[in-house]
Order: sequence, then structure tokens, then C-alpha cells
Amino acid sequence: MALVEISCVEVLREVSNYVDNDADRKLRERMEEHFKGCEHCLAVLDGTRNIVRLVGDGRAFEVPAGFSSRLRSVLARKLRI
Amino acid sequence: MSSTSTSQTQIVRSLDQEVALIERVCAGEKQLFYELIGPYERSVYVAAVSILENQADAEEASQEAFLKAFAHLNSFRREAKFSTWLITIVLNEARSKRRKDRRFLHKSIDEGGEDKAGEYVPRDFADWREIPSETMERVELRRALENAIASLNSAYREVFVMRDIQHLSVAETAEVLQISQASVKTRLLRARLKLRDALAPGIDGAWNIRDGSWKKVRPW
Repeated sequence: MALVEISCVEVLREVSNYVDNDADRKLRERMEEHFKGCEHCLAVLDGTRNIVRLVGDGRAFEVPAGFSSRLRSVLARKLRI
Repeated sequence: MSSTSTSQTQIVRSLDQEVALIERVCAGEKQLFYELIGPYERSVYVAAVSILENQADAEEASQEAFLKAFAHLNSFRREAKFSTWLITIVLNEARSKRRKDRRFLHKSIDEGGEDKAGEYVPRDFADWREIPSETMERVELRRALENAIASLNSAYREVFVMRDIQHLSVAETAEVLQISQASVKTRLLRARLKLRDALAPGIDGAWNIRDGSWKKVRPW
């Protein structure tokens, strides 16, 4: 059975769910078909994946130097540990 | 900024071991509290900074949250994950701090809860294919990313931080932020698209690192 076409607006609404593997099989297939012929939506998909990849390595918002030792000092003082 | 060794600690203990640790702390072995919270120090700090937008305030809120967690450890219900319980405590602490802070008087914590607003249209559709790994290391890119996250309004930023930085599930994010799962998904979509807009090379250029130097092709 032929896939039902999907519009750019619908693709952009679902692109984040698609990246998270949170789109059902049929929707995924329709989106994949759309990406084959739409460079604009493909660029948005790539960019969205890049954002997730960039922040996903745990280096965004690193804790300030000395955070742990200052925390321990506060806990030791206030909780008498 | 540099990370502490604790922030890099992998959570390798099992749930049973964690529950056993909690029980021992509750039974009086207070010194084990350090061991219990060690793997979560970063998560708690990141949750705080996502609301307070300031390192010093976030650190203070984190310390207060850990003190409260210790005081209320007996009330921790095992059906919840200890990590999400801690994050809920620090979010409450950070929000309370934010409400009292004059700098945030003009900003509502609920600002931007525009889930039902019209479709978000990406600013441009510039090609942004796979990022070369050496580009990932660029300080400029990291700084641009942090600035872009900071510029998101709080409703989007909190969801983005919980999902993509803390790696909480949709359900967990909804639970700690007290919003619906549909709102989590909508806000995450907006946040990701806005960040993409802010960081994609755009029609005016591309990542240029071929000669070993960073070529600025965007205003940042």
C-alpha cells in the first residue's frame, strides 16, 4: 500500500519525537519518505540531532570547580557528619 | 569552569544497593550520605542552574536541597527513583529562591508556556549535516550552545535540560516539572528547534575549521 504523503508542517511538528524514536512505525515511514525528497526538513532533522548530540555528552553546564568539597563542608557543618 | 571527579562518576550501583544505603543513613550511619548523593551532585546542580541562570545561586540552592533531602530521607518513597526525588527537591528550592530574587521580579516562572501557540517555523533551513568530532571540541561552539540554552525562556529551558541533559524520560520530566507529558513533548520540540536556529551555520556560512582556526560565520 502506498504511503500517505505528509506535509512539511506535520514533519516539523513531529521531528523531535522522531529523533526520540517516539513516533509510530507508520508515521516514521511517512517522514522518512518525506526526508528523501525535502532538503529543508532533512536539514532541520540533522540540526535537531546535532543539538541533542552536542548536549548529550554531559559537558554542558559542568559543575563549578570545588563544588563537591564546598558541599561536603556545608553538610559536615550543618549535619555534624 | 571545570568538572569535579564526582560529576564524572558513573552510577554503577544497583537499585537494591541504593535502597540499602538509604536505610543505613536513616538508621544513623550519617556519613554514608556522601556516598549516597555523590553520583547525583551534577544532576542537582544542573537542575538548579536551569532555573536560576547563575552559578553561585545554583550552588547554594543545591546545598540547601541536599540538606533538605537529608532531613526528609525517611519520607522517601521507594516507588520513586531517588534521582527524580532529589531533582524535585532542588527544583522547589530553586523556584523558591527565584521568586524571592528581585532580578526575576519581571519574569514569571511560567513565562512562555505557550504550548498552544501557533506552529514554530524554523528561521532558516540551512543545511547542517553531521558535526565533525573536532568541531565538537571547539570552545566557541560550547560557549555558543550554553548561551543559546540560557536565552531560551524558562519553560522551554527546564524541559530541555531535564530531557536532553539530565536524560530523564518524558514521564519523569512531566512528574518533576508538574506538567503534562504532551507539554513536555511540545516544549522540547520548541527548545530543540530554537537551539538549532541559534546554532546552525545558516545560509551565511558554514563551520570552517580546515586551516586549524575557527572562522566565525555567525554573529556569535
